[in-house]
Amino acid sequence: MMTIKELSEKLNLKLSGGAEGLTNEITGGYTSDLLSDVIGHAEQGNVWITLQTHKNVMAIASLKELACVIIVNDLEPSEDMISQSNEENIPVFVTSESTFEITGKIYNLINK
Amino acid sequence: MEFEFIVEGGNFIKAGTASSQLKKILKQLNVDPKVVKRVVVALYEAEVNIVAHAYSGVVQITISTESINIRLVDEGPGIPDINLAMQTGYSTASSEVREMGFGAGMGLPNMKNNSDVLNITSEVGKGTIVEMSFFLNQ
Repeated sequence: MMTIKELSEKLNLKLSGGAEGLTNEITGGYTSDLLSDVIGHAEQGNVWITLQTHKNVMAIASLKELACVIIVNDLEPSEDMISQSNEENIPVFVTSESTFEITGKIYNLINK
Repeated sequence: MEFEFIVEGGNFIKAGTASSQLKKILKQLNVDPKVVKRVVVALYEAEVNIVAHAYSGVVQITISTESINIRLVDEGPGIPDINLAMQTGYSTASSEVREMGFGAGMGLPNMKNNSDVLNITSEVGKGTIVEMSFFLNQ
């Protein structure tokens, strides 16, 4: 299984917060911007790929025990999202890539 | 064991406080992680519904050896047609709420799927009462 750190290095993801959670392992991923969809379908240890940048993202990541959050299209996470990511030790990354591109790359890396 | 939390309408910063606290409590009580997941998901959705739609609300949680019972009482606009509200994809959320990724009409279905019993009663112009039960020994 791959750790978040390994994944972020392979994909050049920029870390915004939650550095203490980098050694967590990844079980898979879920791509969605609808919060209740993530609540209903994401699994523990998943990478969550989204364009949402507010604090509630971290509340859901914590409740669902997700591995990390990746924000696409170089969007910036809000300050309170970053501070909660540090409190929960759930890493938040930013990528310049689109949802489609980054999801495809992660899918290939995880399913090797 | 009984706990009570206040939920403020419109305050998305605090949305999820009760579910996050309850998660810690249930973990300390060694409740089956699968049950904990169902409870916190259903409670989070119910909390967000109060934040998104009502003016204020109270969450009352009772934990016994057999079950976890959650009652959410809000002061708000109420739900005119509960069957319609239960349909996946139906939502009356504002555009601001939708932009945040809420209001996709999946909250009540998530609550139904994750609880063992779900009861909703509502009075238009007054408020809504949501009761959920989760059985521990199944």
